[in-house]
Amino acid sequence: MTSLPTLAPPLSRLVGLLPKPPASVALTLLARRIAARHSEIVGRLGTHVNASFALDPTDLPVVMILTLPAGQPRIRLQKDASGADCRIAGKLSALLALVHGAVDGDALFFSRDLVIAGDTAAALALRNAIDNAELDLLEEIQHVAPPLARALAPIAAALERQTGVALRRASGVI
Amino acid sequence: MELVCPAGTPAALRAAVEAGAHSVYCGFADETNARNFPGLNFSPKELAEGVAFAHKHGAHVLVAINTFPRAGDESLWHRNIAAAEAAGADAVILADMGLLAYAAKNHPNLRRHLSVQAAAANPDIINFYGREFGVKRVVLPRVLTVAEIAAINRETPEVETEVFVFGGLCVMAEGRCSLSSYATGKSPNMNGVCSPATEVQYVEEGDELAARLGDFTIHRVGKDQPAPYPTLCKGCFTSGDQVGHIFEDAVSLNAQDILPQLAKAGVTALKIEGRQRSRSYVAQVVRSFRAAVDALAAGQPMPQGALAALSEGQATTTGAYAKTWR
Amino acid sequence: MDLTLGPNLFFWEAERVRDFYARIADEAPVARVVLGEVVCSKRLPFWQGEIPVAVERLRAAGKEVWLSSLALVTLKRERSLTEELIDAGAGIEIADLTALAYIPAGAAFSVSPLINCYNVGTLDWLASRGARRICLPNELPMESVETLARAGKERGVAVEVWGFGRQPLAISGRCYHARLHDRIKDSCQFICNADPDGREVDTLDGERFLAVNGVQTLSCATSFAGREIPGLLAAGVSALRLSPHTGDMVALARAFEAAIAAGRATEDLEAAARAVAPGGQLANGYLHARAGAEWIDA
Repeated sequence: MTSLPTLAPPLSRLVGLLPKPPASVALTLLARRIAARHSEIVGRLGTHVNASFALDPTDLPVVMILTLPAGQPRIRLQKDASGADCRIAGKLSALLALVHGAVDGDALFFSRDLVIAGDTAAALALRNAIDNAELDLLEEIQHVAPPLARALAPIAAALERQTGVALRRASGVI
Repeated sequence: MELVCPAGTPAALRAAVEAGAHSVYCGFADETNARNFPGLNFSPKELAEGVAFAHKHGAHVLVAINTFPRAGDESLWHRNIAAAEAAGADAVILADMGLLAYAAKNHPNLRRHLSVQAAAANPDIINFYGREFGVKRVVLPRVLTVAEIAAINRETPEVETEVFVFGGLCVMAEGRCSLSSYATGKSPNMNGVCSPATEVQYVEEGDELAARLGDFTIHRVGKDQPAPYPTLCKGCFTSGDQVGHIFEDAVSLNAQDILPQLAKAGVTALKIEGRQRSRSYVAQVVRSFRAAVDALAAGQPMPQGALAALSEGQATTTGAYAKTWR
Repeated sequence: MDLTLGPNLFFWEAERVRDFYARIADEAPVARVVLGEVVCSKRLPFWQGEIPVAVERLRAAGKEVWLSSLALVTLKRERSLTEELIDAGAGIEIADLTALAYIPAGAAFSVSPLINCYNVGTLDWLASRGARRICLPNELPMESVETLARAGKERGVAVEVWGFGRQPLAISGRCYHARLHDRIKDSCQFICNADPDGREVDTLDGERFLAVNGVQTLSCATSFAGREIPGLLAAGVSALRLSPHTGDMVALARAFEAAIAAGRATEDLEAAARAVAPGGQLANGYLHARAGAEWIDA
C-alpha cells in the first residue's frame, strides 16, 4: 500500500481558521448534490440513514458530522466527534483515498490507518455505499460551483502527482 | 482455469469484469446470501444490469442464494431463485437441500452450483449431489489438502470443482458452524452473517484496542499492532495456561503459489473471497490472479503477486491445502 | 415426548464407555440411544470393540439403538467406515450427508443435529429419502421448532430437540487439541482423551466461552431446555436429546422423565442439570432467538 501523507501543519491550521458555519453550508450543498446525483447512496444506507456519522480527518482540527434527516444530507463542522453514532477517522489523505476508491477500507482498517468507533454497522454501510457510487469529488464540485472546480482542477492534478493522494476517482478501477 | 471473483456492489462487479474476471459471484441484498452486510449486494434490477454488463464483456454471473431458508419463510428464497433466472444469471449457488430440490424441480434450466456452505468434502457426497439435484459444480470446503482435492476430481468426472484461492479463511467446515450465533444470535446459516458488524464494538481501553463481539472480548491488541479481525475464530483466547489464537491466527488465504498444483489436481475454477471488500481491492486481486492464471495457461512462471497488504492482519497462509495446517 | 441419549462426543477410555452404557442400559429411562464415533475417526480403534457390546446390552434392556456416522467424512478410510455402518445391523443416524450416498433409497434413517435441517423443504426432502427421526440443529429458535415439529407430525417424522449438553458449534479439518499442544493432527498422540468433557477456552477477560474437543468446538455453557418443556410439549416435539457428559446422566434422565411427566420444569431437574453441566453453567438462548450463550430466565 502507498503510504498516506499527513497534511502539513500550516495548512491544517489554516483549515482550523475557516469560519465553521459557512464551511458547513458549502459542504452540505456539495453533499446534497452528491446524494441527488447518486441516489443509490442513500438507498444503500438502509436503516442506517438515521445514524449520525463523524468523519474525522485526524490531521485537521475539524470533524464533519454527517446526518441525513429525511434522506437529505446535512454536514456540520465541529471540533470533535461528540454526539455522533459512529466515527470514521484517519488522515485526510486516507479518507480521500477511500472516497475515490484508491484504497480498500478493510486494508486501511487492519493497518490502523483508519479507525472505526461506535456503530460499526452504520460505518460499514456508509463505506460500502460510497464505494459503490464511484465518486470523484472534483466532478461533484463541478456541478455545484463550476468556476471553483475549474480553478481547482490543475491544482488537484499537480497535488495528486506530487503527493500521491487520490484527489480524483482512481483510474484503472472503473 | 476459470477465475470466479467477488462483487458486493454493482461497481465492484464492473471492476472485477474489467480486471479480467471470467465469472463474478454476487447476491441479493437480504438474508438469502452469506454476505448479508450493511450497504452491500444487489437489487433484482441491479443484478439484471450487472448480468448484462458481464455478458457484454464475455463474463458469467453466479448468484449466491446460500443461506438456509427460515422455516415458514421459504418463499423469499424461492422468489430470489426466480429473480436470478429472470436476470439472466448463469448459475445459482445453493446450499440448502430443500432449496436444491426446489430449484431442480421448478427451475430445471437454471444451472446449479453447490455452495461451500454445504461443505461437501468427499467424492461420494459430491456425486450424490450431482445425481440427486443435478449439481454441475461444487465449491469445496476449506478443510481439504491438494492431494485430497486431486482424489476428489478423479472420482467425480460429472461434477466440476471450485476452490478458494484468496481472501478470508474459514477454519471450520462451512455451513456447519454456529460460533457466531452462539455469541451474537446471528449466524451465517440463518442470517447470512458471521460475527456481524451490528454486534462488533471496537473499544479503546488505555493503550489497547479491544474487539468485542456480543458480550465477549475476542481480541485485544497494543498500539502498534494491526487491528484485530472481528471474526470469532480469529480471536485471541486462553485455555489452561495458554494464551493465543486457539483456532486460527489473523491470517488470510493466499494460494497463488500453488496454482500449478491446483491445476494439476483437476480444479475447474478458482474462487476469490471478499464480497465485503472495496472495488479497488477486487480490481487489484483479480488483475493479479488473472495474470497468474494466464501465465499458467501459457506455461510461464508464476508472477509474484504483491497482495499481502490487502490481507487481513497482513499475513497469509495456504491453509488446509498443506497437510501440516491441520 | 421421550428421551434420546445422543452419541458421546468425547474421547473416553474403553472402560469408561463400557461402564457408561451398562449403567444407561440398566438404569436410565431413555427410550433410545445413539452411539458411535462422531468427531474423529482416529479415536475409533481405541473403543470400537465396545460398540457391539453396548448395542447388545442396550437392546436387551429394551432400548431402541441407532449408530451415528462421523460428522465430517473426508478420508478414504472414513468413507469406508461410513459405508460399513449400513450393514452393522442397527439404524443409521446421519451426521454427515455422505452417509446418504450409501443408504438405499427409502431405507429408514435418523438425522443428527449436525445436519442442516432448517425448514420444511429440507424436512420434506429428508423424509422422502427415508428419514424417520430428525434432531433439529441447535441454533433454531422456538418458532422454527414449532413449524418443523408440526410438519414432522404430518409426515410421520419424529422431531427431536437438543435437551442437554455442551452444544456442538463447529467441526474443522484442524485439530485444536493438538494445536494447543503444538502438535498437528497427524501426530496428535490422542491428547483429546485428557479432557472427557472438553477443554475450556476463555476470553482474555477470563469469561468462560467455548470448549474444544479435538476437531470439534463446543459451547462452554451447557445447553439446557428444561424450562422450555411446556412449550416443546405444546409444539409436539417427540423427544429431547441428552448428550453424554461425565456427570450422573442416569440421575439427569430420571429428572427429565419426571419433569416431562409433570409437563413443566422442576427444581429437581434444574439441580440435576447444574450438577452434570461442567462448571454448573447453563444456557438456553437459542430457543429464545437470542445468542446461544445466554441464559434466559424464562
